[in-house]
Amino acid sequence: MITPEQRAEFRTYFRYNVGRRLLLDKIVKGTVFLCVVVAIVPLIAILVNVFTNGSAALSWDFLTKIPGAVGSDDPGGIGPAIQGTIVLIGLSSLIGVPVGVMGGIFLSEYGNNRYGRTVRFFNDVLAEFPTIVIGVFVFVLVVLTIGDFSVWAGSFALSIVMLPIIMRTTEESLKLVPVTYREAGYALGIRRYRVVFTIVLSSAKSGLVTGILLSVARIAGETAPLVFTILGSSQFINGLDGPIDALPLRIWRLSSLPYDSAVTQGWGAAFVLIILVLSINIGVRYLFLRKKEKTFLKFKRLGAIS
Amino acid sequence: MMETVTKTPTKESSTEDIKYKLIAENIYASYDGIVAVKNVSMKFRDRAVTALIGPSGCGKTTFLRCLNRMHELTKNATLTGKVLLDGEDLYSNKVDPIINRRKIGMVFQKPNPFPTMSIYDNVACGLKLNGVRDRKILDEVVEGCLKMASLWDEVKGDLKKPGMSLSGGQQQRLCIARALAIQPEVLLMDEPASALDPIATQKIEEMIQELKKEYTIIIVTHNMQQATRVSDYTGFMYLGDLVEFGETKQIFENPRNETTAKYVQGQFG
Amino acid sequence: MVDPLISGLITKYVMMTDIKMKKGSPHVDKIFKYVAIGAATYVLVIIALIVFNLGTGSAQVWQQEGISFLTGSDWNSVEGRESYGAAPYIMGTLVNAGIAMAIAIPLSFGIAMFLSELSPRLLRTPLAMVIELLAAVPSVVYGLWGLLVFRSYIRDWIEAPLHNVFGDNSIIFAGTPFGLDILTASIVLAIMIIPTIASISKEIMMAVPNSQREAAYMLGATKWEAFRLAVLPYSKSGLIGACILGLGRAVGETMAVTMLIGNATGAAAFSSSLFQPGQTLASIMANEFAEASQGGLHLAALVGIGLILFMMAFAINVVAHLLVAKVVKSHEGAVLA
Repeated sequence: MITPEQRAEFRTYFRYNVGRRLLLDKIVKGTVFLCVVVAIVPLIAILVNVFTNGSAALSWDFLTKIPGAVGSDDPGGIGPAIQGTIVLIGLSSLIGVPVGVMGGIFLSEYGNNRYGRTVRFFNDVLAEFPTIVIGVFVFVLVVLTIGDFSVWAGSFALSIVMLPIIMRTTEESLKLVPVTYREAGYALGIRRYRVVFTIVLSSAKSGLVTGILLSVARIAGETAPLVFTILGSSQFINGLDGPIDALPLRIWRLSSLPYDSAVTQGWGAAFVLIILVLSINIGVRYLFLRKKEKTFLKFKRLGAIS
Repeated sequence: MMETVTKTPTKESSTEDIKYKLIAENIYASYDGIVAVKNVSMKFRDRAVTALIGPSGCGKTTFLRCLNRMHELTKNATLTGKVLLDGEDLYSNKVDPIINRRKIGMVFQKPNPFPTMSIYDNVACGLKLNGVRDRKILDEVVEGCLKMASLWDEVKGDLKKPGMSLSGGQQQRLCIARALAIQPEVLLMDEPASALDPIATQKIEEMIQELKKEYTIIIVTHNMQQATRVSDYTGFMYLGDLVEFGETKQIFENPRNETTAKYVQGQFG
Repeated sequence: MVDPLISGLITKYVMMTDIKMKKGSPHVDKIFKYVAIGAATYVLVIIALIVFNLGTGSAQVWQQEGISFLTGSDWNSVEGRESYGAAPYIMGTLVNAGIAMAIAIPLSFGIAMFLSELSPRLLRTPLAMVIELLAAVPSVVYGLWGLLVFRSYIRDWIEAPLHNVFGDNSIIFAGTPFGLDILTASIVLAIMIIPTIASISKEIMMAVPNSQREAAYMLGATKWEAFRLAVLPYSKSGLIGACILGLGRAVGETMAVTMLIGNATGAAAFSSSLFQPGQTLASIMANEFAEASQGGLHLAALVGIGLILFMMAFAINVVAHLLVAKVVKSHEGAVLA
């Protein structure tokens, strides 16, 4: 038993370096705060630059006309690129959303077994795939066999990018629906598929929509899969089996041209793209995720966000 | 600056006050907008065990955490009042809380040893934090504290084993040893045995009886039988107020207050 | 008066339709299940197809070059003397990702620490959201901004001074800085992976139970000491997992790197100075695709590079998931890594 006298004696071995410890604490706090500032600066810089430089290019002509001849007086616009992006998003969602949602339903409702684990694992693998490799794959599979760059190829590539995200966000949203909801449905004698469709899906609606919108924002900005699959174009769409332009691709092409007009157009296109992507991201966060902190954290880890 | 306070009283104080190690005066505490402790004052005698009892939500844990300045770590916490340890106000603005926190040790409801540290390191980490480097001193204190916590015989063979490899009861005794290692004068225990099985509980209660020979112990418990077994004094709290305080025997056999009587008879809580 | 037989039949019919509408036909249930399984299997099929196609698409170059595709540094697409080796690009990818990680990891940990331990509750969500917006910006916009704006700052404020001080004597700061080089690409890449590492790290730190921190505070620890004692050891393997996930992202990042790294090929792409142009596995594919799309050995070489990149990213991500999943699954018991 350590007596008070012994305690006092042990305490003499304490070094009263509290001042130094408090100073170190303050230094760490300051450094850590600085890290946050350093990270925010580039974001602000990008947004400021894109908005100021890009708004100079904006006009109705810019948004709707086709690009002019390279180096000519009339730089034209990025109409085909905007059209292309919208069409590509639409078509890829047509493939990606149903398959992704059904896959998510599988993982959540039928996936508590080895097969489910395998699918989940490979789904994560696919989610982290370098998108340029997906582009190459679609090139070899589709473009080479069919013989031409096409909207189909581009949509297919983008659908592969969006699929794993939708699948996992769907799974997580469905998992958040309490088991008791399903059980209530079964107790009433309702079939499983009906339970899933009418009860579970509607409860998880906002999570599902969030995941889909976030994956749309993601593929809107993807360039690499498109490099190999759509060729890019200066015309509006001429059939789904022909080449097409897209915003990110056009930005890339414009960035390598030495003309000032190209540079301005590049900023303008970036402006449009950022507005599209950020408004989806911010909108989704405000509308849906504020209520569901848990979903939000899971979505982050799944690559739908960051 | 010497930290220990000499015990010579410099002002006129009644001989009664000298026996009190820890005095809490007019503690008001709230968190998240809820007032948890309303104007509670208590005096804790040296070399005695004082129990705080009361139904859930009565503020006993909040009050306990006020004693070693842990309450201010809760979110949106407010506190007014004084806590005097050997006459010195722990809440005085002159001193950073971290200095005063180490004068009082605390053991929590669920055992929480540091999982990545060995048994030895768990007990010694408080010392290392305070700058103790001397290996001999560390060894001496670790052994002494583990003995006081009735854990030494069970672990002395291999102190390098990870702390989490112990059973629940052993982990709690490890946490007690860790709290004792920083040489506090007072030991606070927040329902230390509530997560443990009866045998482990008994071991801890026996240890408390030993420890009180040299320490001031304040224990919060929801188990009234435990309070009768272990404590010399008891304070009954209800809805943030201190309803009654006195010797344990008196509180349980002869409560003066009606609410106290109802509680110790098990009519509510 | 309705005939009792007919009324009985009507009732039965009504009851049966009622049941069908409420409960649903049992066959649809089976179909539903198989559709779901099919959708899930689609993922496996796609991955199998990818591996298969990458293999067959690059078969030519493996036949021609063999192992020297991995170790050689030729890059000659002139007909008759075609020869390809991916070694410089493998190294370029690793160097690029490595420098980006060296910059991003400390910053990300700092951000995670701030969000988890220090930030006032109200500030936490908006601040976390702002950090994540960094990740929402498309890669090509980072590239554009880097190309037109940021690179001149890096050249003038970082590269020129370093070159002036160390000069051509040092290996890594040799060569007149021009702005489109390994360093610029790495810095921008670092900015892009910060959100990944930071947000996962923050989550891992916040998953440490508060009781651990309280034990440290009880001993009289400062906030930093409590972090060092209670949070850091507990989250170690998760933090490593977060870093490796960031590495996986860095390795696969294409557009911004392509636009900023300068497009060196062949042996010249072996990075020795930070101020020289370089090339990564991803960027060479983007840069040379236009030339190679006709087919032939050049295309096979690019597909082969895709295969190498895929395997690299796959390996990295498997390791990352093993580490992160382990920590996230365990509750109180920390992982004694």
